Amino acid sequence: MNPSAVAKKTQHSDPLHERSLQLNRRAFLGKSALGLGAMALGGIMGCRYFGKDADTGLVTEQKGIKGVLDKLHHGNKAKRVIYLFQSGGPSQLESFDYKPLLDKMRGQDLPESIRKGQRLTGMTADQTAFPLVGSSMFPFRQHGQSGAHISSLFPHISKIVDDICIIRSMHTEAINHDPAITFFQTGSQQSGRPSIGSWMSYGLGSENENLPAFSVLLSSGTGRPDAQPLYSRLWGNGFLNSLHQGVQFRTAKDPVLYLKDAEGISRNTRREMLTRLAKLNDLHYQDFGDPEIVSRIAQYEMAYRMQTSVPEVMNIDDEPEYIFKMYGPDSTTPGTYAANCILARRLAEKGVRFIQLYHMGWDQHFNLPLQMKGQAKDVDQPSAALIMDLKQRGMLEDTLVVWGGEFGRTNYSQGKLTAVDYGRDHHPRCFSIWMAGAGIKPGVVWGETDEFGYNIVKDPVHVHDFQATLLHLMGIDHEAFTYKYQGRRFRLTDVHGEVVKGILS
Amino acid sequence: MKKSLIVAVVFGWVLGCNSPDASQSAKPDGPEVVQALPEQIDFNYHVKPILSDKCFACHGPDKGNQQAGLALHERELALAALGETHDRHAIVPGDTVKSLLVERIRSTDANTVMPPPESNLVLTEYEKAVLTAWVAQGAVYKKHWAFLAPTQPDVPAAGEGWANNEIDRFVAKRLDGSGLERSPQAEKAKLLRRASFVLTGLPPSLEALDRLEANTSPDAFEQEIDRLLASTAYAERMTQIWMDLSRYADSHGYQDDPERFMWPWRDWVIHAYEQNLPYDQFVTWQLAGDLLPDAGLEQVIASGFNRNHKITYEGGSLDEEFRTEYVADRAQVAGTAFLGLTMECARCHDHKYDPVSQKNYFELFAFFNNVDEEGFVEPVGRTPDPFVTLTHQEVEDLVAFIHLPDSIEKVELMVMEEMPQPRQAFLLARGQYDAPTEPVYPSTPERILAFGDRPPNRLGLANWLFDADNPLTARVAVNRLWQQVFGTGIVATSYDFGNQGALPSHPDLLDHLALKYQHEGWDTKAMLKYMVLSATFQQSSKTNAVYEEIDPENRLLARSPRVRLDAEMIRDQALLASNLLNGAVGGPSVKPYQPEGLWAETRGGGGNLKVYVPDTGNLLYRRSLYTFWKRTVPPPGMLTFDAATKDLCSVKRQETNTPLQALVLLNDPQIMEASRQIAVQVLAQQQLSEQERLNQMFRMATSRHASAEELQVLVAQLQAAMVDFESDEAAAKALIAVGEFPVDDSVAPTTLAAYTLVANTIMNLDESISRG
Repeated sequence: MNPSAVAKKTQHSDPLHERSLQLNRRAFLGKSALGLGAMALGGIMGCRYFGKDADTGLVTEQKGIKGVLDKLHHGNKAKRVIYLFQSGGPSQLESFDYKPLLDKMRGQDLPESIRKGQRLTGMTADQTAFPLVGSSMFPFRQHGQSGAHISSLFPHISKIVDDICIIRSMHTEAINHDPAITFFQTGSQQSGRPSIGSWMSYGLGSENENLPAFSVLLSSGTGRPDAQPLYSRLWGNGFLNSLHQGVQFRTAKDPVLYLKDAEGISRNTRREMLTRLAKLNDLHYQDFGDPEIVSRIAQYEMAYRMQTSVPEVMNIDDEPEYIFKMYGPDSTTPGTYAANCILARRLAEKGVRFIQLYHMGWDQHFNLPLQMKGQAKDVDQPSAALIMDLKQRGMLEDTLVVWGGEFGRTNYSQGKLTAVDYGRDHHPRCFSIWMAGAGIKPGVVWGETDEFGYNIVKDPVHVHDFQATLLHLMGIDHEAFTYKYQGRRFRLTDVHGEVVKGILS
Repeated sequence: MKKSLIVAVVFGWVLGCNSPDASQSAKPDGPEVVQALPEQIDFNYHVKPILSDKCFACHGPDKGNQQAGLALHERELALAALGETHDRHAIVPGDTVKSLLVERIRSTDANTVMPPPESNLVLTEYEKAVLTAWVAQGAVYKKHWAFLAPTQPDVPAAGEGWANNEIDRFVAKRLDGSGLERSPQAEKAKLLRRASFVLTGLPPSLEALDRLEANTSPDAFEQEIDRLLASTAYAERMTQIWMDLSRYADSHGYQDDPERFMWPWRDWVIHAYEQNLPYDQFVTWQLAGDLLPDAGLEQVIASGFNRNHKITYEGGSLDEEFRTEYVADRAQVAGTAFLGLTMECARCHDHKYDPVSQKNYFELFAFFNNVDEEGFVEPVGRTPDPFVTLTHQEVEDLVAFIHLPDSIEKVELMVMEEMPQPRQAFLLARGQYDAPTEPVYPSTPERILAFGDRPPNRLGLANWLFDADNPLTARVAVNRLWQQVFGTGIVATSYDFGNQGALPSHPDLLDHLALKYQHEGWDTKAMLKYMVLSATFQQSSKTNAVYEEIDPENRLLARSPRVRLDAEMIRDQALLASNLLNGAVGGPSVKPYQPEGLWAETRGGGGNLKVYVPDTGNLLYRRSLYTFWKRTVPPPGMLTFDAATKDLCSVKRQETNTPLQALVLLNDPQIMEASRQIAVQVLAQQQLSEQERLNQMFRMATSRHASAEELQVLVAQLQAAMVDFESDEAAAKALIAVGEFPVDDSVAPTTLAAYTLVANTIMNLDESISRG
């Protein structure tokens, strides 16, 4: 997304493009020849191009957009990430954390010896009873070689259990959605820090100069269609250059905001217009010498290419029938989680660095049995299909897939517990997520909670540990990857985080 | 201390290779610049930036983390005996051999070298040389420059024959010996464009450009400046900047993000700028208007400043957790906006770099802790306490500057109101709401200026800020005005004047301006006029290889900066040039065009903020200051052009250059509709030739006439477009149908479409979104 970046791409045959290449190269070389350090250039130009040869370890110029890291801190297993964020906080007790004791003790109160007066949200703080409830409505069974227990709500994920690593010992510090999601995505409960994807774009750049390095897809759950809201700052660049912001891909008329030309402007008209625009900008550059003008010309060229590349990648009509079958019936409906999973794979194939899905609706304070059915159905088949699809393409080896929400849910009922109905409040002290692909040990269950499913008893994984691990898999030392802002070196993991070595292959 | 040597350090220029440390070969790790070492090492300018950045994290002001008992931020501590036997010293003044600091920073052993490898910090050879020479010269400490009250500097004699005022003398002095020549004066049209955007956020009208061109009076430019400063557009521009600082928005933020009604407060800000309310009063009223002995409704409204923080309506939120956040937010604004300090860094522990202890932080916090408010508010639709209710009667009688429309019966505005009995504040361990430790009471960091026996409330705080001896308030304020005018502050980090902040490029000039502002009545209009009338401001912004080599960031101002326009300016320019602009002032925020579905698809926005319903008619064309700001889904085009998110106090925006910006200017219906209306205007002038029309469109967006070569490109485009659209009239009709404004059917659609396309090309020029 910068002139030097464009300058390195040579296979393009567009004459204007070639001309702007020369322009850009001139500006680039002009700067370099003047003895400015790379830092100064980075400041002016945003980011730079590079690439590390996997075999020799040498940094070479490659197609794509260079990140700020001249070389990776260590070998990387993952080249890209698909993060299937389950927004709202899915219940671990109806998915991946089997607690038979809760069924036995159904209706009895959570012993104070377990809770130990720990804080509750305002929604259950005034509750006089805390009736335990297990998952008897959705019985767990063991699956695969690993024999991991998974609830009957997730039959498809059950089938890929030997490809994934379930972490049952996640814990977080926040108890409400906004701070908790913000914490997962940025490492801080307060807003203002860059999202994980922005850090990736900043550090590693992009393998595709025609698509944003950090792409975002949203979908709504059928379990609870009105909950929970999201906020665009979750994929914001914080204090990093806005080149690194997540770009939302939408099912609306404009798959990326303002991408589509006004009616009446043909592709040819647009091309001619941009050629003349570049000519005029260049004339002004000749007069004023400001390298920003050169950069501007290059950005228009990138925008032009995005106008083609984004609709191409978004158009899933060319997918074969068996793919739609794999991802399930929703996958032909644009904007669903299933359709977004197909898009995620397509973006991954195009070299997009960080693909972030958000599926809303996981917030089962009440009517959990009914809502959970809907939510689980939304995501079960497509999530499993994505893993199988990546695997069959040989992409699971270098693509990291993450599935999980911002916190878990209480082991007791919020509101009245009846034979067929209950709800669960937010629970930050333990919850389950799963990871799969690049560098992750498949068929493993990591961590353990107590028999009440309330506290962690073995191998706790804090949100910062998760983030450190994710960076580690991408070849980045989370302690060394910093950005200095307002006098302080910021990290995704703040001043915490340890790589969870036990789940690495 | 030689100024030219400061230059060397601040800008890292190559001055030659006479490193005193010839025995140490520079590490071949990167292209390290070998710099001349200053003859006389200055603590503030040479040493402390290194110590602060590379050492203070473990050996600095944070008492909770002083490794090996060593702290380097104060001389006494740095010289203290260390170790079990008390016979070792980090620094022995004048003795580099006995000074462990020198030994450790030069060590090649990973076990002993400082900073240690696990810190991921490395000293360059130059930095090691500076520290060594400083120890050799006696390890002299000085108080941080920004914490010493400004002193009246002598105005240099440099710049004779060029200088318009003292600013230029300081700038000229600084340029002496730099190898840079001052730039010639810019053309009149450029100047007026520059000044118009700086002062009003709008481009000059063609009439104003013609008027200035024709005015041969020596004070012709000054006349235009006076006119700009007297306009309401000036007040709107200043308010726009203040909205970032005061994190103003039209929704409460956090995940449910329902609507709030703080716009009457925003109207007050416009009014205050229009009246040129002196800055000391402007700030005092906002911090503590409700506490003034003679507080009227206006002053109480002004105190709404402190209530612009986000407020949660998320069910289940814990009251005290969020109330603590609100108080912390207020304290952060006071720190950033008025002190230029990152006070919030001391919330969890003593500040790592600045003399701000965690106790200091919570003492500042305590000023803002006495509001009878809730952390979690419900239901949606309820205005959080405390608030004042403004009816038409009150507005008419007392605060006529508020633009309360007839359609709204009354509005509830959040303001400040002190609890009769102050709420006890505590130092919170790790900054957490549920971990109170010792009680604290309102006060300010003693290392900046003692709080004295002022009343321990917000009014006392305001009074302390404007104490004649406060070293920060005036500097921080004039620096922001400088940033507004020159694109970058004299202190580039306008949000941080502390140890980790940038050093001033022109320290004496900064003090001169600060004292002038302070002594001449905190007169903001006068200060801006003073800056804009300087010869420095009026230089050309052309750059060349020499400038780019010696001073790529233009810190020495041998040329005027070329700055990309703010998001709001870009849109407002399009509205003004197209004659669509609705010049109404104040009132409820409006909803211009926005891509469909953006609000709905995130599911947020309690009440009527679930779905975006754009306004119609002339509400679509109001200045961007009035665009509705929903925090969780801000107007996307604004964010794309680096508008602040309004989540937290922000005093400096990014200036980026991205492909998404290109897409906005190419396809945002607001820009496309404006392009068409620009075309309509020039086509309506039947006396104009084709070239004159194109030139006029060009001039509306760039404020200058197109060159012959540029016109040639535009003519060619117009003619090609005419041919294209004549062969496809449906395309022409579709293009000109964008937007709600009625299409002029007196012009042939093909002609109008062709002109529209050219106008849109012009709107997309880098020059059209720049001032320079």
